Amino acid sequence: MKVKLKIWRQANAKAKGQFKNYELDDIQDEMSFLEMLDALNSKLIKEGENPVAFENDCREGICGTCGLFINGRPHGPGEQIATCQLHMRLFKDGETIVIEPWRAGGFPIIKDLVTDRNAYDKIMQAGGFVSVNIGGTPDSNAVLISKEHADEAMDAASCIGCGACAAICKNSSAMLFIAAKVSQLALLPQGKVEASKRAKRMVAVMDELGFGNCSNTGACEAECPKGISLAHIARLNREFLKANIKS
Amino acid sequence: MSNFITSSLGKKVILSLSGLFLIMFLLVHLTANLFLLGGSDAFNIATHFMDTNPVIQIIQSILALGFIIHILYALIIQFQNWRATPVKYKKKYQKESSSWSSRNMIWLGIFIFGFLFTHIINFFYVMKFGEMSSTIVHGEEMHDAYKLVVGLFTGGTLAYVYSGVYIVSFVALGLHLNHAFWSAFQTVGWSNDIWRKRLSVIGSLYALLISVGFTVIPIYFLFIK
Amino acid sequence: MTKLDSKIPEGNLKDKWTNYLNSMNLVSPANKKKLDIIVVGTGIAGAPAAASLAQLGYNVKVFCYQDSSRRAHSVAAQGGINAAKNYPNDGDSIYRLFYDMIKGGDYRARESNVYRAAEVSNEVIDQLTAQGVPFAREYGGTLSNRSFGGVQVSRTFYARGQTGQQVLLGSYSALKRMISEGKVKMYARRQMLEIVTVDGHARGIITRNLVTGETERHSAHAVILATGGYGTIYYLSTLAINSNGSAAWSAYKKGAFFANPSFIQIHPTCIPQLNDYQSKLTLMSESLRNDGRIWVPKEKDDKRPGNDIPEDERDYYLERRYPAFGNLVPRDVASRAAKERCDAGYGVGDTGQAVFLDFKHALEKQGKDVIEDKYGNLFEMYETITGESPYERPMRIYPAGHYTMGGLWVDYELQTTIPGLFAIGEANFSDHGANRLGASSLMQGATDGYFIIPNTISNYLSDKIRTGKVATDTKEFDEAEKEAKERLEKLLNVNGTQTASSFHKRLGKILWEYAGMARNEEGLKKALTMVKDLKNEFWKDVKVPGTSAEFNQELEKAVRIASAFELSQLLIKDALSRKESCGAHYREEYVTEDGEAKRNDEEYMYVSAWEYQGEDKEPKLHKEELKFEFVEVKQRSYK
Repeated sequence: MKVKLKIWRQANAKAKGQFKNYELDDIQDEMSFLEMLDALNSKLIKEGENPVAFENDCREGICGTCGLFINGRPHGPGEQIATCQLHMRLFKDGETIVIEPWRAGGFPIIKDLVTDRNAYDKIMQAGGFVSVNIGGTPDSNAVLISKEHADEAMDAASCIGCGACAAICKNSSAMLFIAAKVSQLALLPQGKVEASKRAKRMVAVMDELGFGNCSNTGACEAECPKGISLAHIARLNREFLKANIKS
Repeated sequence: MSNFITSSLGKKVILSLSGLFLIMFLLVHLTANLFLLGGSDAFNIATHFMDTNPVIQIIQSILALGFIIHILYALIIQFQNWRATPVKYKKKYQKESSSWSSRNMIWLGIFIFGFLFTHIINFFYVMKFGEMSSTIVHGEEMHDAYKLVVGLFTGGTLAYVYSGVYIVSFVALGLHLNHAFWSAFQTVGWSNDIWRKRLSVIGSLYALLISVGFTVIPIYFLFIK
Repeated sequence: MTKLDSKIPEGNLKDKWTNYLNSMNLVSPANKKKLDIIVVGTGIAGAPAAASLAQLGYNVKVFCYQDSSRRAHSVAAQGGINAAKNYPNDGDSIYRLFYDMIKGGDYRARESNVYRAAEVSNEVIDQLTAQGVPFAREYGGTLSNRSFGGVQVSRTFYARGQTGQQVLLGSYSALKRMISEGKVKMYARRQMLEIVTVDGHARGIITRNLVTGETERHSAHAVILATGGYGTIYYLSTLAINSNGSAAWSAYKKGAFFANPSFIQIHPTCIPQLNDYQSKLTLMSESLRNDGRIWVPKEKDDKRPGNDIPEDERDYYLERRYPAFGNLVPRDVASRAAKERCDAGYGVGDTGQAVFLDFKHALEKQGKDVIEDKYGNLFEMYETITGESPYERPMRIYPAGHYTMGGLWVDYELQTTIPGLFAIGEANFSDHGANRLGASSLMQGATDGYFIIPNTISNYLSDKIRTGKVATDTKEFDEAEKEAKERLEKLLNVNGTQTASSFHKRLGKILWEYAGMARNEEGLKKALTMVKDLKNEFWKDVKVPGTSAEFNQELEKAVRIASAFELSQLLIKDALSRKESCGAHYREEYVTEDGEAKRNDEEYMYVSAWEYQGEDKEPKLHKEELKFEFVEVKQRSYK
């Protein structure tokens, strides 16, 4: 099949970017989207052009490195997949595909389609952990956890930190990302102890880093490659309120 | 507590609580309006009560404050959100991932505010400070609010224009509420996967009630009465 | 003859680790502040090592090539993590876990290290649980276990099919906590280019900042490599695209011995290559073999769709050849059998490099609901990639390169032959022998990182407290940086016509063909020449666009591939030198009468540790003889 690509090119963080058009003729249905970009890059290199910078690593939808805004959607068409799991069979022959980087105040562009998602790490640093020392922990079965809570915590914990939530959010809010961690740890006895404090600290850092305010549109949930529910945001809100009522 | 007010979540909680307060007010307002369908005496008595009851007078100033806070915080939050999204996408496909109203709350809000402004001038201002004819119901003299309403909704092209604006505004309010209702509960933490469905349904029903309830009035006067 | 001292503590197997802990030298809390440690890699070994060491009071610097430490490829481990908790009361014990690993590794691992890993494994589970890792639970609230390939007990802890992700994120959170407390300095988007040695001791590294392109110097009193395996040497593998062995390789070139480079596990159930552009082979959990039946057509080159081939024209070759274990033979056996059938011309699909994994019978017998409950996620994953539903058509699978048992040689303290340079997790060779058991890679990485290295490193550091800060403006750092920069410029200056990836692909094909699942002397020798030629071609004709002073992904790739050629040569030499079949290393000349792997314990019961002798010089082989004092050495059989 043939595809026409419209790709955002930007030499570095400070340069002015622009869209460039490319065409590929011999794309096969069963190629993954990133393999299509690999093919484009080898063509560009051979033609003496600079290849398109895009990030990816595990190519099986779990590391969260890849993240392209494809035809108006983070990770493109297809339900609950990361960009690396997207395949060309979901596109039509001759289709024009628009590829953009994440665009959010919290994710500045490094080059072409590569953005800096360090902000998510900083938010995690603010409290996305249980303050437990290494060594001397009690036996795992000493604290019982109901299956329901463990399962719900696991739902939240499946976040891959790709940034699609903030990327699709019309306010560039990182709430779903934070909520996933706060909710996971609030559901487990190990994390409950400092749940409210955690919510407060993580929200404070999110605010500092230039993410917007959640307005509950639900786009993040719909586009999350792991389908993380808005219910976790509600739990974050509860924990946050609790923290403020207590203090 | 100071952190709370300046934090994003704190501001949203204030927006939500003020919104929920306005949601309750709308029900009261709608109830009063529906007295219009009961004829002039019924409506005038209801209006008189609202006009003179001391408790209502206090609530009225709280209501004004509610509006001001809601509008103010909506604007603050919106400006921050615009700042958080400095560059727009060339192509953004959101039809399936979020509702139109949820993405356009600020514009719906601004539209509703515009209506509110004319509405206050047309009714509230006139009733409080303007020249109004009086009427006597059950031996008590009171403003003839019914006449004021009928005057706006009947007779001539202007009534059609005014009714049109009125109806469109309440459709906008309905859309605003359709997202606002559940969203407010979500923001204060009262939601989960089960309650979200329930609250969404209740919210939609409520939004429908408000839209239909209010638009019934001009339709009644224009076409039925 | 050999310089290898594995420093195995005295005493009974059970007491070795305790004896070691009792007698090792410590660094006092006040002195730890004076010592710097570099950790390269943030996977399931690196992240907890950094967090543990920082908690102890050392100054820790952590490096990873990813944009965030949460993305290390440990994240992709699916099945689980083993521990000898014996929660299911099914007769498990530390000794049994140890024994299974030794046996699974085909008696090519070091007893003392393996026992220690088994011993510490329980503590790892407790630690992870305390960190908020949402392991699967029973309704009563206790942890749930499942069984895993090749063992008779249920000792695997899991978090859905995402155990690696959860375990890694637990460690990541511990690391984040230490970063927030200012005890760890994180350097993401860094590629390690060189190890710096001063007076024979590892004292720092040279890195390239992948965003700005600058080379940087970092010094420390000890360097820990937690840089994972080199499975991407086959180009197509289950690994992350950017996983690579270049850091371990630079350590090798600075004097660290490289052990058992040819021991690479091939995972039998992966989605096969569909076209020439393919960049990755996705692993499908081996649990599928519990209900799926593996077959190929009885006729050669039968290209009919699987469903159109009638029952009596199907060859369920695993069930035919291994009636006792059937489809559940160990990974290496299943992989080789698939290759044998495909090489003989019975392979299916366009490429002929695949076999069917069929759920037809399971679906008929157990119903769609039951199968969906067990394998729903995996089936969806398969359909996302291939566009075919395993409910309707048999899956196509083929083996793929997966895990490297080989790695930097380390002693009991996990120290390489360069003093002050340690290797943990998949980067070292120590615990899996010639074949790794399922769910034991997370276990080994985590035990190394959480509980072993924080102790053993103090034994090395105890006499370094007076060293003072290691300066980076010395001639050693000058030289190392110069060397690194020259290599980058050399790559950029070739300015040929072919992309780095195209060379990688060709290298992968050679290795897969001649040094993959089955090897023979002729093929290996041929491969050695081919790799050498390809390497020469690479240095003459590779095209690396851009400059070294910018974000340049092609340059990153080229650096990795350049070292992959060299590592491949060592891999082949190791495979040639080991004239026996053991575990994943299968030499076609050394097989039993019925074609199964045949070990030669008299001559090859050793760890091959290779010493670098210089560019274009033959590496020197050192042998660490393995002694099995606590297990009886047996021949494996799955008939």
